[in-house]
Amino acid sequence: MMTRRIASLATLAILALGIASAQNVLINGAGATFPYPMYSKWFDEFHKKFPTLQFNYQSIGSGGGIQQVTQGTVDFGATDGPMNEMQLKDFADKHGGSGILHFPTVMGADVPAYKVAGVAQALNFTPEALAGIFLGKITKWNDPELMKANPGVKLPANDIIVVHRSDGSGTTYVWVDYLSKVSKEWETKVGRGTSVNWPVGLGGKGNEGVAGQLEQTPNSIGYIELIYAVQNKITYGKVKNSSGAFVEASLASVTAAAAGAANQMPDDFRVSITNAPGKDSYPVSSFTWLLIPEKISDATKKKAIKDFLAWMLADGQKMTEALAYAPLPKAVVAKEQKAIAKIQ
Amino acid sequence: MAASSTTISSAGPARPARSFVQRLRGGDEVAYLITFAAAASILLVTGLLVFELYINSSASRAKFGLSFLVTKTWDPVAGQYGAWPFIYGTVVTSALALFIGIPLGVGAAIFLAELAPPAISDALTFLIELLAAVPSVIYGLLGIFVLIPILRTVEPAIRAVLGWTPLFQGPFYGVSLFSAGVVLAVMIIPFIISISREVIRAVPGDQREAALALGATRWESTWDVVVPYARKGIAGSIFLALARSLGETMAVTMVIGNDPKVKASLFAPGYSIAAVIANEFTEATGQLYTSALIELGLVLFALTIVINAMARILVAGTGGRNG
Repeated sequence: MMTRRIASLATLAILALGIASAQNVLINGAGATFPYPMYSKWFDEFHKKFPTLQFNYQSIGSGGGIQQVTQGTVDFGATDGPMNEMQLKDFADKHGGSGILHFPTVMGADVPAYKVAGVAQALNFTPEALAGIFLGKITKWNDPELMKANPGVKLPANDIIVVHRSDGSGTTYVWVDYLSKVSKEWETKVGRGTSVNWPVGLGGKGNEGVAGQLEQTPNSIGYIELIYAVQNKITYGKVKNSSGAFVEASLASVTAAAAGAANQMPDDFRVSITNAPGKDSYPVSSFTWLLIPEKISDATKKKAIKDFLAWMLADGQKMTEALAYAPLPKAVVAKEQKAIAKIQ
Repeated sequence: MAASSTTISSAGPARPARSFVQRLRGGDEVAYLITFAAAASILLVTGLLVFELYINSSASRAKFGLSFLVTKTWDPVAGQYGAWPFIYGTVVTSALALFIGIPLGVGAAIFLAELAPPAISDALTFLIELLAAVPSVIYGLLGIFVLIPILRTVEPAIRAVLGWTPLFQGPFYGVSLFSAGVVLAVMIIPFIISISREVIRAVPGDQREAALALGATRWESTWDVVVPYARKGIAGSIFLALARSLGETMAVTMVIGNDPKVKASLFAPGYSIAAVIANEFTEATGQLYTSALIELGLVLFALTIVINAMARILVAGTGGRNG
């Protein structure tokens, strides 16, 4: 008698456990690869704090993230470049007119890296020099534009070899977005995109491909993601910002760029912070965004996503620097906290 | 009864096969259906692949038509897509790989199958088969860190001898069509060797004995009798190598320079179809962009079929003359 009761109790307990685990909320997302280490840390910490909420993120690239969230195969997307008008319209068309929200999460930056014989120190680059080099107009390391910005440095008379990313990438988007802002010629001839029709240069796959090619090729210059450069101890140059100061990329100077741009932050957060104002701002910086649909029909998922955003803006921001990501400036955090209410 | 059993034994190639047939007695139909299903599934997968590539590339096909194949511009920002630089890079690197790979591969196979002592032959074959299993990313890394520095040192010598041809003009950055071709050659040689060696060894011994009996030297019997006999199998190994080099992605993208331009010089950087698809597909936004990349996949498929067909016709042609 007793054993049977215990057995039935045990069965009930197992059933109850089953039901409880069925109530676990699984939220799927996909998108940008650049913030992936940060996101997986956040989702892991968040899951520890709220064991019933589980986020699953696949770093398939920004393009894939936008596509999948538009088609509704994932609950949220992530991108390194904001969605354009056409993509926003496409989303609204497929979701009965309701839109999608951009939430900046962390920031990154691109740095100019190079290998020039006899030059060990950080070189200074003006916007004109960078645009000229990547347009193929400045072809020698001892070009007057480079000599002028680097007094006292012995630059050789060798040909400059340009290295760029061959894979479609948010890193490229940030770099060409910057070049488009500082050079009219770049904007009209090449333009912005995750892949562009490069006027000159060799393509390397990924940050590691570009870094490897720079290492192998004398007199080369390329751009790489700041975090990659820091982690691999690659020397990189300073870039002249809109206030005329040569600034080295760092977490502080990237956050300064975001703060400089915060005043003109539009309500939908779709803003490029390259060439941002402010004397401490590093000019080749960018946000990376989470893409959250305005309307989430599943109430538990909606609450989970809102809770996560609130947590990410508070506790989550404290974890960024350990992973070498620049945290959001306070003004942007405050504005985002208000925007969470837009999720219906 | 006795008559039927002799027909079976003459149809089966060897003794073990005969017992296999006997075990399957009464199960012929089953065996036929199962093997037919296996063969049909391959056709089905291939058909589905072509169908999917065709359907999903409709936007690009509608916009560019056949001019897609000959357009030189690849500009995702302006929405202008042309496949020519990628077709060119794919064909040139594969041709170079075969140019280097066929003499080395077939030569090594002849040595291993006919001339080398059995112990050395077995040990080397084992190593070569290991090489065939090395992941392509490893070949790419070896290409960047070992092969390119070596090519840099031999480049002046090549230029001194062949610099007058249009094939070796312009600056050499390390990454180039030339480097990609050499890396591909290294990758396909194990395939050529290991299959060619097997088919050369499978040439019946009485062919050799007959040639030797007629007074041929060992080399004459190998080159004039054994190799022509194994010609079809050697050609098969080359087709497999060609297919691998046309479709190779990772190793090529690491050493080719990824620059969609058409230059006659092998020292210039280039791009291949498989490499651009792998590079740009994940971040491709917009219907036209993805559909242009998918059409590139279709082009690669068609290119493989055309080149293979041409190679087969070539082999059949030489067979007719020799035979």
